Amino acid sequence: MGEFKVHRVRFFDYMPSAIRTMAFNSQTERLAVARADGAVEIFNFNDNFFQEKVIPGQDGRATEALCWVGHRLFSAGLNGEITEYDLENLRPQYTVDAYGGPIWTISSNSQGTQLAVGCEDGTVKIFAILEERIQFQRNLNRHKGRIISLCWHPSSAQIAAGMTDMIKIFDAETGHATRRLLVDRAMGASKNKEVVVWSVGYLSDHTIISGDSAGKVQIWNGLTGTLVRTYLVTKWDVLVLSVSKDESSVIAGTSEGTVIQFQFISSTVDQHDKEWVRTRTFRNHSHDVSALAHTDTAVVSGGMDTQLVVRPLLDKVEKNTQESALRKIAFPHRSLVGCAKKAGLLLFQFPDRLELWKLGESEGHVCLMYPYFVCRFLQGEDHICCSALSACGGWLAYSTVSSVRLYRIQYNNTISINKVGTLARACSRQPVHLLCASDDGKWLATANTDCEIHIYNLHKMKLHCMVPVYNSCPTTIAIHPVTNNLISVHADQQIFEFSLVQKEYTQWSRRLQAQGLLSLWLERDTPITHITFNPKNPDHIILHDTYMFCIIDQSLPFPELNAVLWNQMTLKSLPVSQRIGQSHAFKICKSFQHLMCVSLLEDLSLVVVERPLLDIMSQLPAPVRQKKFAT
Amino acid sequence: MVEHGDIRVVHCGGSKINFRDPVITHDSRFLLCASGEAVKVFSTSTEECIHELRGHTGLVTGVLLRPSNHLQVYSSSLDGTLRLWDFTDGILIKTCVIGYPIYSFYASDKHENVIFIVASMPSDKRAERFQLVAVHLPQSGDQMVEAQELSAVLSGVNPNPAAIAFGRGGEFIASVNDLQLEVYFFKKQKSYRFFLKEDNKKGGWNTFTCVACHPKDDCIATGHEDGKIRLWRNFNHKKEYTYSTLHWHHSTVSSLCFTPEGTNLLSGGVESVLVQWRYNQESERDFLPRLGGAITHITVSPDGSLFCTSHSDNKITIIQSCVKVSAVIQGLVKGDSIRTDLMMDPRSKALVLNGKPGHLQFYSLQRDKLLYNLDIVQQEYIHESGLQQFEVVKAAFDASGSWLATVEERHQKAAELELNLKLWAFDEQTQSFVLNTTISAPHDAQITAMCFCQPTDSQTTLLVSTSKDGHFKAWQLAAPAHTEGTDDEGPSWLCDFVSAYHGLVPECCSFSADGSLLAVVFQEVVTVWSPSTWELLTTLSQPPGAVSDLCFGRLSCSKYLLGTTASNLLCWNLLTCSLEWTTSMDVRRLVADPLSENMAAFCYQSGSTDLFVFKPSEPRPLFSHKAVCSGKVTQAVFAPREEMLESCEESSQWLNRSQLYFLTQQMDLMTFTTKAEEDRLLASSKQLVIDDSVAMTPFYLLLGKHRQQQQEHQDSDSSLWAERTALPQTSASMKELLQTPAHVLPSTSYLCSMFVQSLLISVSDAREEKAHAEEEMESEKEEEDSEEEMESSRSKPELAAAAATESDTPALTKAQARELRRVRKLDHSWLAGLLDS
Repeated sequence: MGEFKVHRVRFFDYMPSAIRTMAFNSQTERLAVARADGAVEIFNFNDNFFQEKVIPGQDGRATEALCWVGHRLFSAGLNGEITEYDLENLRPQYTVDAYGGPIWTISSNSQGTQLAVGCEDGTVKIFAILEERIQFQRNLNRHKGRIISLCWHPSSAQIAAGMTDMIKIFDAETGHATRRLLVDRAMGASKNKEVVVWSVGYLSDHTIISGDSAGKVQIWNGLTGTLVRTYLVTKWDVLVLSVSKDESSVIAGTSEGTVIQFQFISSTVDQHDKEWVRTRTFRNHSHDVSALAHTDTAVVSGGMDTQLVVRPLLDKVEKNTQESALRKIAFPHRSLVGCAKKAGLLLFQFPDRLELWKLGESEGHVCLMYPYFVCRFLQGEDHICCSALSACGGWLAYSTVSSVRLYRIQYNNTISINKVGTLARACSRQPVHLLCASDDGKWLATANTDCEIHIYNLHKMKLHCMVPVYNSCPTTIAIHPVTNNLISVHADQQIFEFSLVQKEYTQWSRRLQAQGLLSLWLERDTPITHITFNPKNPDHIILHDTYMFCIIDQSLPFPELNAVLWNQMTLKSLPVSQRIGQSHAFKICKSFQHLMCVSLLEDLSLVVVERPLLDIMSQLPAPVRQKKFAT
Repeated sequence: MVEHGDIRVVHCGGSKINFRDPVITHDSRFLLCASGEAVKVFSTSTEECIHELRGHTGLVTGVLLRPSNHLQVYSSSLDGTLRLWDFTDGILIKTCVIGYPIYSFYASDKHENVIFIVASMPSDKRAERFQLVAVHLPQSGDQMVEAQELSAVLSGVNPNPAAIAFGRGGEFIASVNDLQLEVYFFKKQKSYRFFLKEDNKKGGWNTFTCVACHPKDDCIATGHEDGKIRLWRNFNHKKEYTYSTLHWHHSTVSSLCFTPEGTNLLSGGVESVLVQWRYNQESERDFLPRLGGAITHITVSPDGSLFCTSHSDNKITIIQSCVKVSAVIQGLVKGDSIRTDLMMDPRSKALVLNGKPGHLQFYSLQRDKLLYNLDIVQQEYIHESGLQQFEVVKAAFDASGSWLATVEERHQKAAELELNLKLWAFDEQTQSFVLNTTISAPHDAQITAMCFCQPTDSQTTLLVSTSKDGHFKAWQLAAPAHTEGTDDEGPSWLCDFVSAYHGLVPECCSFSADGSLLAVVFQEVVTVWSPSTWELLTTLSQPPGAVSDLCFGRLSCSKYLLGTTASNLLCWNLLTCSLEWTTSMDVRRLVADPLSENMAAFCYQSGSTDLFVFKPSEPRPLFSHKAVCSGKVTQAVFAPREEMLESCEESSQWLNRSQLYFLTQQMDLMTFTTKAEEDRLLASSKQLVIDDSVAMTPFYLLLGKHRQQQQEHQDSDSSLWAERTALPQTSASMKELLQTPAHVLPSTSYLCSMFVQSLLISVSDAREEKAHAEEEMESEKEEEDSEEEMESSRSKPELAAAAATESDTPALTKAQARELRRVRKLDHSWLAGLLDS
């Protein structure tokens, strides 16, 4: 395969933001995740958990709660505003001030007609959901103390509200509080410390489940207002609860990073009187679990440690399939690194800034020049959506929700940066999430979240053709500089090559589809986020995901279905004559830590941008203290 | 060499009582546990063994209360039989022959007359060796029945009895094996299997170790090797089963048990802490720590008032309501290795060996009871595997039993050997050993042997220790050198003499019976020293091979010195300093009988051990026994008998004065017994069986014994006059007087007349004798009656009245007259008061 000089880059100190809350839409199988910096991400659970859309955050927008109403997504935050998102243009559509101080929670009724928000001043405000917007309808009776959590009864007649030291049940018609459930304070020393009901669930049989800051999960009878069971699950807080759709299972997330499942099961085999029993404990987080979603087959959790964990419930999925594997989503499913291949420059994209670095040079083991920091672009209130750097390093472009900026960078002895201009954002129907132009500037390919890939001829400035729609979203696209073939990799790990000239799939692509990819390749759980080409050898395609990078040699045969995919070590041990018989198109390298970008420069040196998860972990705040055995 | 059929190797006392989980009876009064080939019945309040249920010929592998009758108990054994016992009286009711060795067995209320056994079936595949088989017990009145209806329920089960448990009301049975949980529903005749991964990423080992089922709910608790407890629910679904995990134990959970109401779950393991989990509120748990040994089994009495834990140090602890240890039944402690030799305490005649970690135990073989533990190390023992802690490795008594020497060592990796020699004096007041001297680092390397001089004139006591550092040292009791600082300290032990021989490592040492010679073995060379002058008298050597064991002959054979090498048994004559004879055998252990000239040699040959008993002066062995047991025997001791046996047979004469005990490789204590001895034991047990057909009361003891004796009188009277007049020793009453334990005997005044009677040579005829006996009985009855009356007169006035009315019949017997007298004496004023009111 040959050897490369490698720039192993570890100075991209990307830090993902903590997950604050999430909401799962079971109709569309979309999960909305809100991060602490105000960004909202949409994951498609039908398409290999692909991060479909990212709505960038904004300074000062602290999202506390998310809520799906049909296809519409609402959020509320501590700035006291309710926001509806425009999921086509990936930006907030409008915001409505609730005039009740910071909003802690938002919840819609099962019909999707009303939205209830809980405010700092103790009011529960009901908004009517209209076609285009929402409208304030009424206040429920006001009480002292903030409303921390809300849950509608499935019949939409009652609302349970969690407050400090109590849970109140409101009649949604009259607005009166019908019951008041007093929650015990924590045992032991802190009797004076009030207990906060962080989360409530209201089941159709009028059972109320609450999780509070004393570490209890309590089950109440909502009709009589009596406590049924108390489970002390942690010494710290129970932060979030989630009820499954069939109401047979409840999960609770705690400050210790555990997720605890409760199931509604009969105590003896043949009888029907069921009770809630604490069953499984999932321990996938090191920090607070502040967001939870109970899908039909999995427990989705996220929290302070910034990772999104999809833990399948093994009793609901087939064993030993791709579905039954635990998934951790740590990095965004798109490339945050731009690389100027000719100039040896790297552009790192952060939510609020861009950083430009010059790669170092070395001769053998002697370092001629250390990599150095070139400059930083600070963005204002709106966060950066995407960015790009030209191959020569002379042009830099980035965009926010509201604008696109293009910079000309001149490298003399002193670097001068000229702002060239701001283009008005051209509105298109579908949100395009991938864009790529050919090296000769003739072709432009765009991919949108409807899985469509369009090819434009830039010389003629019109649509050239459309690639046949595949049912999985493309995770990255690239146009080959020599052959002008479009390579696209999809969320289900399939690879296609499309000839732009002939407007059809190439022979190579057809052969690959006919033979099929190895299951080891298909079972990888992170998407390919970047494709680059070898300027010296047009047969080589270099692509990478978080855990490995791979060079596909189009001149070699595909591996047999029973072949070993990662055979570099065995190849090394074989004599040269036998290597040819054993080698196949996929050359995989796993010797690097979690990858953000792999790119090949003009001088055939490989740039590998690593961001080890351990480094991210070490920058997180300290977790709550836990007694560990033998410490 | 002849095999002697009438001498048998038997398990003697000290068998494991923690082998299987014990059973507490319904009234919580008795605790039954399998112990070797018998089932022992203990009292839960007094810790005493009440009786043993003997009859099995193999290891007893389980005890279970009969579900339909709580006064009966089943026991299973490797001999392939199930036996039904009445445990209060110790009667064997029924024997059911299965034909396969039974490893464990289970029964439930719901399955009447069905017993589930785990047996190894001689099937084709090795993996499926053990099967759970349902046995339908035949309904016949015979004592001995053969079970024919066998039906396999589950195959490939674990023979460990903790691995199978019956679920709620016997509806299902749960079995764990390796990484699999299998639940079999009897009604649906369907089984569900659940698998666990071998280990998780965090390094836990998921292998199942035990299982318990909730008595009311459908909940199965399983214990795992990594210390986790899983509670399985919804297991009647292939996929939608669910479990929750409890984790407190840091290593293997060895036993789990639900309380009868299902409110609590008890668990135990190596930590020797009994953990009590609230069912459905598992975050609350109670602990009972410091139980002293790893918990192997937990059982709960049927009413839930008593818990009972078996421990790895052969101990059963009875715990009242999870807070208080109320009784400890301690068996012979057998760790995984006995580093000290088997020894006899000359004073108490108790067997002394390693006991609990850091202790020496004194075990009475006659009473089969642990007398006490002597704490040698006097440091706390930490219950964790892999820790190197102080161990008692050597111990020796002097001839009179007034001194005890012990050696403890701790050998840590990358650290120097820590060695302590301690000398203990017997304190008459406290009747135990008191530490006299501690010598830290007596040698630079491990001590290989140690022995006391056994002088006939007990002036000075001498201790010799040999070590791998090439020296041997003599220690002597001496007064402290300077008395100024230390006021009233008694004499302590000091080193008297150090010597070496050509830098060779001394392996063992021995004093001659009179204490005039000391023989120390330096590999191939035996050196003989005079302890009085510390002069090297002579060296004996017999290459090739290092001498590993050394023994002086005794009594008439005291001129011989015997030694063993890896391939030979050597005998030197000390008068001629030459080799008397040698035979080639691989002797692993040579022991001398302190009361006779006999010596016993245990030879290891092709996987099993042979025993030869011989006199050094005679060429022919007195006794030989091939294949005493499998494996090597490295520890044996002659224990002097309390009473001499009178065996005239030549082959068993060597057993007359003392009994030979040895430890097998499996740590079983075994001994030899003769036919006559066995017969005697059997007879006494049979007698007990007849006696116990009537409830055991103090009255019965007086009356029943008497009746029986009377019967015997009659028998002897009618049949054999001659024998009656022959010898007083053969008299039944004599025998009874001497053999019955003192605490169950009637008063001496009563026995005296009987005893005197039996000594007299009777001249009267049979009838007179009978009449006399009757009178005696009468007089005794009178005593009884009066006693009984004192108790019952208040409660039964009608009875007394009836007796009074009856008494006016004219012809009064002697008894009636007496009755009348007594009734007249009674105070009836209270009755009048009652009538007035």
